Amino acid sequence: MSAIHSEDVIHESDHGHHEELPFWRKYIFAEDHKMIAKQYLITGIFWAVIGISMSVIFRIQIGFPGADFTWLKPVLGEWVDNTGKLNPEFFLALVTMHGTIMVFFVLTAGLSGTFSNFLIPLQIGARDMASGFMNMLSYWFFLLASVIMFVSLFIQTGPASGGWVIYPPLSALPQAAPGSGDGMTLWLISIAFFIVSQLLGGINYITTIINLRTRGMSFTRLPLTIWSFLFTAILGLISFPVLLSAALLLIMDRSFGTSFYLSEIYINGEALPNVGGSPILFQHLFWFLGHPEVYIVIMPALGITSEIIATNSRKPIFGYRAMIVSMLGIAVLAFIVWAHHMFVTGMNPFLGSVFMFLTLIIAVPSAVKGFNYITTLWRGNIVFTPGMLFAIGMVSLFVTGGLTGIILGNSALDIQLHDTYFVVAHFHVVMGAAAAFGLFSGVYHWFPKMYGRMMNNSLGQLHFWLTFIGVYLIFIPMHYVGIAGFPRRYYQFTSNDFTNVLSDMNAFITVAAIFTFTAQFIFLFNFFYSIFKGKKASQNPWRSNALEWTTPLVPGHGNWEGKIPAVYRWPYDYSKPGAKEDFIPQTVPYSETPESNLPHENEEIKLEKVIEAQNFNDQFDQHH
Amino acid sequence: MTFLVGIVLVVFLVLVILVISRVQSVVNLVKSKQADASNPHPGNNLNANIFLVVLVLGFIGILWSYLHASNYFLPEASSVHGRRTDDLFWFSMGLLTIAFVIVNFLIFFFSWRYRFKKGNVATFYPDNHKLEMVWTIIPAIVMATLVFTGWRAWADITSDAPQDAEVIEIVGKQFGWIARYGGVHNNQLGDYNYKFIDAQNELGMDLSDENSFDDFTNPSVMHIPANKPVLLKIRARDVLHSVFIPHMRVKMDAVPGMPTKFWFVADKTTEEMRAETGNPDFNYEITCTEVCGSGHFGMKMQLVVEDEATYRKWCAEQKTFLQTYPEYVDKVPANLRAKAIRLIPDYQEEEQVAVADTTSL
Repeated sequence: MSAIHSEDVIHESDHGHHEELPFWRKYIFAEDHKMIAKQYLITGIFWAVIGISMSVIFRIQIGFPGADFTWLKPVLGEWVDNTGKLNPEFFLALVTMHGTIMVFFVLTAGLSGTFSNFLIPLQIGARDMASGFMNMLSYWFFLLASVIMFVSLFIQTGPASGGWVIYPPLSALPQAAPGSGDGMTLWLISIAFFIVSQLLGGINYITTIINLRTRGMSFTRLPLTIWSFLFTAILGLISFPVLLSAALLLIMDRSFGTSFYLSEIYINGEALPNVGGSPILFQHLFWFLGHPEVYIVIMPALGITSEIIATNSRKPIFGYRAMIVSMLGIAVLAFIVWAHHMFVTGMNPFLGSVFMFLTLIIAVPSAVKGFNYITTLWRGNIVFTPGMLFAIGMVSLFVTGGLTGIILGNSALDIQLHDTYFVVAHFHVVMGAAAAFGLFSGVYHWFPKMYGRMMNNSLGQLHFWLTFIGVYLIFIPMHYVGIAGFPRRYYQFTSNDFTNVLSDMNAFITVAAIFTFTAQFIFLFNFFYSIFKGKKASQNPWRSNALEWTTPLVPGHGNWEGKIPAVYRWPYDYSKPGAKEDFIPQTVPYSETPESNLPHENEEIKLEKVIEAQNFNDQFDQHH
Repeated sequence: MTFLVGIVLVVFLVLVILVISRVQSVVNLVKSKQADASNPHPGNNLNANIFLVVLVLGFIGILWSYLHASNYFLPEASSVHGRRTDDLFWFSMGLLTIAFVIVNFLIFFFSWRYRFKKGNVATFYPDNHKLEMVWTIIPAIVMATLVFTGWRAWADITSDAPQDAEVIEIVGKQFGWIARYGGVHNNQLGDYNYKFIDAQNELGMDLSDENSFDDFTNPSVMHIPANKPVLLKIRARDVLHSVFIPHMRVKMDAVPGMPTKFWFVADKTTEEMRAETGNPDFNYEITCTEVCGSGHFGMKMQLVVEDEATYRKWCAEQKTFLQTYPEYVDKVPANLRAKAIRLIPDYQEEEQVAVADTTSL
């Protein structure tokens, strides 16, 4: 830890020539955060294809009741009967798996896993994560969870089928539904491993952000992406263990005869001995994770879009501190609103009032974020890169979906709307589509840093418009279906008189879903083609201020050749009056930009020496 | 209406022409190969213009689809509290629609208006505390209003049922609902115990409680009186279910081991609704909204709302549980058996037959 060491280092350029790791260390059991990020991304894309395909299948059943699924018999086998009808049990399994896969494997692992891993060291100026080994374990636990969940799709009794919320007693009693047998067992094991993965990752993210920031990278100079990853990791670290305990108690009830969630049940001609348990207890435990989980999904997207909107509007993000405080507010409130999922479960109505109040408070920081985004666009000089388009789309979806949340958070209105398609439409827009847009936005934006090549711009723009319009075409009509009272998770709507209307609208939603799904192949092609054949990227293609663009085109292990650069300013000095260029990277000291410094920034010039004199324990320096 | 469609068509046409001309100019730019120097971001204007087109078409599409869909929304609530929550819903929806339109307009319009132009420099505008205070406080006030109105309604809806409420039990099982009534004799629901459930005694009625002697059940239809508070006592036999009466705006989960309740006043009879909707086959329905297994979607019960006299008459016509299954008299404790039998008009004969049988052996 001495300043002398840094002066000793002469062979700085040698860092690029580390000996090549063997294939299995570089690509498979990788400890490098960038490779782990790519592993998360590719696995996430794999799951997204499966998860969205499932939704297309059950959407066909909903939109065209009695549709002939014979063409899917080669894939689904016995789940399509001989007349070509989809098995109602398997319909529920599809709904359940779609939810589980999209929430946990795509939007948690695929989004936060990818970008936390990729961006944290690059944007704070670190060689790697605090623990590369734990990081590797985190991915491999995720993959293990993935494999187990994937296997559960193929077992005789089918995967779990009680909805992604797996409320007992349905999920606890194998005799209640075929999917509550082995499928549910595998679901629980898979999610247990997934939680282990999340905790290993989360501890790493938090530690890295707090401890490994480069010289001068104070908290107020962190890009908003990093702030969002920090809050996300903290949320996950606090809430996922609660889901683990909920799952463990459920495993006990299922396999060891306990009665945590079971009481006074008569099923299949038999009165079970369990008394004293409470299914509501499970719901409390589940939603204590489940609600923060939706913020775990959306916050990285908010961070990513903040960064991308600022960069491509060529403007500083409006209200940097307000954005951080809003995210902090959302993160804190996320823990005390969970019971708004339970207004009509028989929970004490007084508790409902409290949770309604707390829930609606969340609208305030969310609104601040929305307005700040809009003000960032105002009088910008907007470049519509695909990443920017998806970021703008994300803001639109976040606001649109957030607004309907204000209705659902109102317990009096939730009585009618709970468990109808209004809820489905709401959360798909605000956390599903918005988070997916954040994911797309991030992939398009950081693809050049990941692979050293550009994705095709026009295809990206086309992909955006088809997806953006498609998402609204799916979910706006779905709100109407919800207002008409259609319940969720119904195999078909022909059994009730009040749902025997709007079949044209349900068919329309299905067609729009297929359309949007098809549009994603443009992305898949663009992504995989560009990895190998894309146009070579330039060093800083988006003319961004953030630190990751100071690394070599494709950063090797350790990210920077030579010393890690020091940071002198916040990451949002875009279009600063007086500056030569419309961006000033974080690594440019104030002493070099007297023409554009604000009065208080001139004060900071004298601190530059202090920043430069700092020398953290950089293993890459001390090797030599 | 045709006038409106005409205007929409004209707008469509103009926009289409606009887009096509823009596309062509971009194509020309790309073709001329000079694009790189003069225009570092090809396609930027096109994308900006699409924002404008999508904004206009989007609002038209949303308006049109809403008008179309609203024909199929549920009719006006048939319960007193339901009309209150409906009013609140549409009031909130109105406010939110305004916010939706303004915010999305700004996002789309700014995207178009402030698209990249060569030589333009964005305004360095990192913060403005006053502005931020304004848009923190305004949503906070709106939220406070919504919370307050919602909370008042919620408190009233979930308050204790009036003393004179008609108490009816509804029990969920895979996959159907069973209703139980307190009976015409004392109109009190008897105790139950899930261990007493069997193929006939589907609700586990406890026949050692004299209140259950005149209880009757119905697995397919529930009758309730109009203009009188009805208290539903809700429970579940096996897994979670949720009582949903869409036209009444009633929903409450049925939880095994934890009885729940919901009370409401239905003030439109089935007949009145048939007249109002112009549908002679109209029926109120009770469905399930908590996933309960493969038959979830088919789990329903018919609800008949009628004036109180008709309702009382219907109740009187129902056969009590003990009438239907007289053999369950055996489960009644000896000291109460006489009372139970008194409530079964045609019981004596069967009893005598049974006695005769045993004597003949």
